Amino acid sequence: MKIPQLSLFLENRPGQLGHPCRELANAGINILTLSLADTQQFGILRLIVRDWKRAKEVLEGAGHVVNVTDVVAIEVPDRPGGMAELMEALESASINIEYMYAFNYRRGNDAAVVIRFDDPDAALAILQKAGFKIVSSTEVFDNMAG
Amino acid sequence: MAGVRLAARPVAPHGKLTAFDLENRILSPDECLSRCELEALQLARLRQTVARAYERVPHYRDCLRRHGVGPDDVRSLNDIARLPFTTKDDLRDNYPLGMLAVPRENLARVHGSSGTTGKPTFVAYTRTDLDTWARLCARFLTAGCLRPGHLVHIAFGYGLFTGGFGLHAGVEHVGAAIVPAASGNTPRQVTLLHDLGADVLICTPSYAVNIAEVAAAEGIEPSELPLKFAHFGGEPWTEDMRAQIEQAFGIVAFDNYGLSEIIGPGVSGECVYRCGMHIQEDHFLVECVDPDTLEPVAEGDYGELVFTTLTKEAMPILRYRTRDISRLDRSPCACGRTGVRMSRVVGRTDDMLIIRGVNVFPSQIEEALLRVEGTAPQYLIEVDRPGSLDEVTVRVEIRPQDFSDKMSQMQALRDRIDREIHSVTGVRVTVELVEPLTLERYAGKARRVIDRRVTRLQ
Repeated sequence: MKIPQLSLFLENRPGQLGHPCRELANAGINILTLSLADTQQFGILRLIVRDWKRAKEVLEGAGHVVNVTDVVAIEVPDRPGGMAELMEALESASINIEYMYAFNYRRGNDAAVVIRFDDPDAALAILQKAGFKIVSSTEVFDNMAG
Repeated sequence: MAGVRLAARPVAPHGKLTAFDLENRILSPDECLSRCELEALQLARLRQTVARAYERVPHYRDCLRRHGVGPDDVRSLNDIARLPFTTKDDLRDNYPLGMLAVPRENLARVHGSSGTTGKPTFVAYTRTDLDTWARLCARFLTAGCLRPGHLVHIAFGYGLFTGGFGLHAGVEHVGAAIVPAASGNTPRQVTLLHDLGADVLICTPSYAVNIAEVAAAEGIEPSELPLKFAHFGGEPWTEDMRAQIEQAFGIVAFDNYGLSEIIGPGVSGECVYRCGMHIQEDHFLVECVDPDTLEPVAEGDYGELVFTTLTKEAMPILRYRTRDISRLDRSPCACGRTGVRMSRVVGRTDDMLIIRGVNVFPSQIEEALLRVEGTAPQYLIEVDRPGSLDEVTVRVEIRPQDFSDKMSQMQALRDRIDREIHSVTGVRVTVELVEPLTLERYAGKARRVIDRRVTRLQ
């Protein structure tokens, strides 16, 4: 139920973001979704790709520091209040969100978000109990191009 | 003196100093002893110093015995070459006060060097040492125009650092008045200089530039401050910087030199002819040696300065290797002082950096990085002086095990490195995390420092 996410350390200078993208492109690896967190000095690029093991090898081979973490992708009803309900469910269970970003995965009327929890298993249990639909890795990797 | 080139004339009246202010005045006749008189005095004092060190300091007794030299073997000044050198490591090995030549009860003061390995080295003074120190500072201050009646603003740290208390006592000995402003809080320094109208500024040259900038930012033109002249020391600086400071404040700036191991400020200073700093040779025996062979360099060549104290009671030091590169000029000076003149310090024989007046070794940065669990020892120290103050950036390569996808953890890692470096060196730096393998690798000795501050050889 958890999805492996790759994170890359990037120095904050021109051209830094293009390099890993080009490396993945050359290896024929499609980026399903990504998010960039940055400070004045450095940034962290987070990526979800289908063949994450190969992507990791490619990026490490190109000299990047890559880290793999499990994240959770959750379907969010695409209507006002959809996001608020998800947040309230997590809040009432005192589940802490490290960071999150939107996922361009779509099934029917639902949108999806990727969330990084300190304890993804505990979060999963709470969310499933509250009736949220968790996007499984097979769904992600099979239904999306790339 | 036919055929000997004398420095043409004293510094011309400029800024707010008149010819009267710039009159050459000599505080003590001991500054003008003939070479013959001076050497006789030096030899007597050297013999006494070696005898006391041998009798009272176990470190020196062992050292001298190992070298097969006894106090009676010092028969001429040339015999200095037979004595062992003293290094910073010797002081560290005898931490904290293992090199005293007097009982602890006889001490009047302890100072420390600006902490070079996290652990400072201490130096000690008897009452007599403090009096000597004050007189020596008073001499070079007098040589550099200080007179009773002047008001002196001292912006050196008052503490373990010898700068503040040393110059303070020197100014008092001259009979001038003091504003003991100490260092820091620059806007307040500007207010004090403006409102109290000090005639003289004493601090590090880079701090003077900082004061000028802050004054300008506060809407006070530095040249409109009443300051007339200044005595700068505590760090290497250049003629360009002197010109810049003199112009900014409309003052005359004098250079002085000293180090805590020898006494602190007061080892040497400029006279109004400003053609090198007169070493106070009746109290310090100077040598200029090749740092590799430890043999004297040819007359006038650059080498490492080595000092032997001739009158220090509490902590006599034999042949202290300063690591400072300078050269000696024995030609006569028009001021009448006979003390040999040393040039500005143009470099160091070790990799020590002086950052805003504080001694920092790259090994300390390395030590701090090792303390931070999981930090790669690949790093580069970049030093620059974009405005008036030294700025240090430490670039640290990140390793896979240090890397987290959480921004908070990455920031925490940076902060931890920042804190460790500050706690080890006492200096604030900017820590930059960089990608692995982006810093240049060296086959031999790694180049850990890029110093962009311009240090021009004279």
